[in-house]
Amino acid sequence: MANYTENELAKDLENQEYKYGFVSDIESDKIPVGLNEDIIHLISSKKEEPSWLLEYRLKAFQIWKTMTEPEWAHVHYDKPKFNEITYYSAPKQTKKYESWDDVDPEMKETMKKLGISLEEQKKLTGVAVDFVMDSVSVATSFKAKLAELGIIFCSFSEAVKEHPELVQKYMGSVVPTTDNFYAALNSAVFTDGSFCYIPKGVRCPMELSTYFRINEGGTGQFERTLVIADEGAYVSYLEGCTAPQRDENQLHAAVVELVALENAEIKYSTVQNWYPGDKEGKGGVFNFVTKRGICERNAKISWTQVETGSAVTWKYPSCVLKGDNSIGEFYSVAVTNNYQQADTGTKMVHLGKNTKSTIISKGISAGKSQNSYRGLVQIHKSAQNARNFSQCDSLLMTDQCGAHTFPYIECKNPTAKIEHEATTSKIGEDQLFYCMQRGISEEKAISLIVNGYCKEVLNQLPMEFAVEAQKLLAISLEGSVG
Amino acid sequence: MNSQQLDEMEMPTQTSKLNQFRTNFKEGNLSFDPSLRILSRSVLENSDFPTTRNESWKYTRLTKLSQLSLTTTEKINSPISVPLKSPYVISIVNGNIIDLPTIQGVSISRLSDCSEKQLELVCKNVSIENDVFHALNTLYIKDGILIEIQENQQINDAIQLIFETQESSIFCPIRIIIVGKKSSKAHFFQHFSGKGTGLTLPVFEYFIEQNAHLSLDKIQLENDESFHISTDQVYQERDSFFKINTITLSGKLIRNNLNILVNGENCETNLNGTYLLGDGQLVDNHTVVDHLKPNCNSNELYKGVLNGKSIGVFNGKVFVRPDAQKINAFQSNANVLLSEDASMNSKPELEIYADDVKCSHGSTTGQMDEEAIFYLRTRGISDRSARALMTQAFIGDVLNQIENEEIVDYVQSKLVELHDWVI
Repeated sequence: MANYTENELAKDLENQEYKYGFVSDIESDKIPVGLNEDIIHLISSKKEEPSWLLEYRLKAFQIWKTMTEPEWAHVHYDKPKFNEITYYSAPKQTKKYESWDDVDPEMKETMKKLGISLEEQKKLTGVAVDFVMDSVSVATSFKAKLAELGIIFCSFSEAVKEHPELVQKYMGSVVPTTDNFYAALNSAVFTDGSFCYIPKGVRCPMELSTYFRINEGGTGQFERTLVIADEGAYVSYLEGCTAPQRDENQLHAAVVELVALENAEIKYSTVQNWYPGDKEGKGGVFNFVTKRGICERNAKISWTQVETGSAVTWKYPSCVLKGDNSIGEFYSVAVTNNYQQADTGTKMVHLGKNTKSTIISKGISAGKSQNSYRGLVQIHKSAQNARNFSQCDSLLMTDQCGAHTFPYIECKNPTAKIEHEATTSKIGEDQLFYCMQRGISEEKAISLIVNGYCKEVLNQLPMEFAVEAQKLLAISLEGSVG
Repeated sequence: MNSQQLDEMEMPTQTSKLNQFRTNFKEGNLSFDPSLRILSRSVLENSDFPTTRNESWKYTRLTKLSQLSLTTTEKINSPISVPLKSPYVISIVNGNIIDLPTIQGVSISRLSDCSEKQLELVCKNVSIENDVFHALNTLYIKDGILIEIQENQQINDAIQLIFETQESSIFCPIRIIIVGKKSSKAHFFQHFSGKGTGLTLPVFEYFIEQNAHLSLDKIQLENDESFHISTDQVYQERDSFFKINTITLSGKLIRNNLNILVNGENCETNLNGTYLLGDGQLVDNHTVVDHLKPNCNSNELYKGVLNGKSIGVFNGKVFVRPDAQKINAFQSNANVLLSEDASMNSKPELEIYADDVKCSHGSTTGQMDEEAIFYLRTRGISDRSARALMTQAFIGDVLNQIENEEIVDYVQSKLVELHDWVI
């Protein structure tokens, strides 16, 4: 491939097929299509929920009905028809699994295809996996080990049953039901998700991870994740997503809430590779996610994301730096190909003194895709000596794609220091020339440059995840990532 | 409050603030395309002053403006003061054109004396639909000026456009059309000053033809009570050069819309601006550079110092349209906050639809370097002088872009006067 050129690379990129597209045939327990109060009652009763949660849902639904879908994002798509979605789908099961052997073999097969074999992970990586298939979690491991330390890591519905006081206290405290259209929708119809609580002063000894998949055609997936790190606690939480190939658009509107109390630290990493639609831009997942964390005094929240999938992404993992000396970080690689559209970025809200935030965003656009960074850095009056550094780079691979930057920088305190920098360019001819001059083929040179371009973000991923992230990047940009 | 209620609030009514605002104004009678007037009227009847829910007015509240009761006048009092020595002076007092000079190689005429053909330039690139201020200007301009720099003419002295408001509560809409014909070269100096509460609403339309060279220094020295909302709409053809330096020294609320359409290859565009704000002032610079054709360069540099209870807004957009390859577009905004109550909102944006480009933007907000102040203090310079020096050095990058020494001196003297600098 000595004569591999950028044009050929672009062509290769277009011809990329989604590699994880398969549908596993598991009977699903579905409720009727549509959205109204009866459906919410039905979801709530199916999940055997307490009345306060039902009320929470109904209140959110009332709020949602008064809201309109946001249109400010730099994306164009046919709006989902909210009345044609099934809001609950659980793999059919008669009893809870007692051991790993009881799990449906077909489901095991699915997991194998995803490369997240539980047995292997149990033994080799020391990662506890709470595997969410559609909406109900079916396997939880390492629970006992974590329980010894007082760590609670379970499905959201289990947490509602077993730890209602924690759920009631923190649910909606970071992302209120009134926050936005999709957060309100999620609050009304969420089916399951993950819950994690790290007690005071405990350092979680392993990376916690959850894999999400959307499996049932026409099923909306509305997870809710709540991670609470009590005073002085530390947790690294991994979230990875792959979805099977579909022709109709699937909606995913999750809510993730992180609470980092005094001196706590939460590291939240995501690798997202949902079905991005085919070469003509048909199908694909709509990813409208609200992710936000709140930092108390001396706390730190770090978001790392590698976004390669979804037809439309609308996602702004944010940090509210409420306590003094708290730190927020956001590291992101977003790759769009074919007709994918991504409008992603972060919000850093500085309220406390000496708060710091860092934003590193790397966008790569290929095919006919549109990739936007949208960010907000807000320094409030109370945020003495706040510090922000933002860098948003975009790399354009073809002449038909677009890369856009929309940063909002608002400063109300004279002691704050804010820096924002953004660049947009293609791979430099001089960089390529330099590599090739040293005997590196063009293809390898491109891969080297792209790798180096993303390194800053990939370095932030935990070791266990970095491999998968690289795998997904390679799938999205095969030929350029070696 | 839900969005539905808010929508209802924005619904115009018979007594909308905008309708109230324009009760004392009389429509002009320039003989440009009547459909423009019809459109303006309908825009004004069907909308109100933009609120902060409008993305392009997100940080600028117009409540105080909408409460004003303004009128127009034909009164002209004392002789106006002219900052530069250049004999080419066009003066506009209280929105009325005083007299037009004769300049060799330049044709200058009132819009009321222009032919219908010449008036076709009115609103050629200015959109009325989405901007009530463009509609206000178009409907109520009594007159305007058409300045044409003739082909191959080079005008050495600056052409001074002096805008002065001598009365309080005056509404001054004015339209100036500047055409730089093929291979011409000219330099304009715009100076705005005023007394008392009022709204100055100028709309400038520039047409820069092939290989023409146009540069412009705009000095805004408005009164502490005056509102100023201006639009500079620039259209560049191939091989042309355009440069604007916007120096905002004072005013209550100043909004500058600077839109540049680069519709030709091999163009160069330079936008610079600086603003020094004191208590109760708001300056909002909105710029758009739209690259439609390949092989062009654009540079943008805005620097501001905010003191007292002031608000600064910067929104710079750079578009690179599909197939506009080999564009170099650079944008930079730097701000210094000097007081507790000052706030700065910066929003530099890039929208890029072509791949072989080099585009970047940067934005910083910070404070004065205390170590540098200390360094100066150790050398026997007073704290006040040290701060003045530092401020001057900070905005110096922008002032250095002004080529005419006379203008630089003028700006410096005004700065010393306004800020009590001891240098």
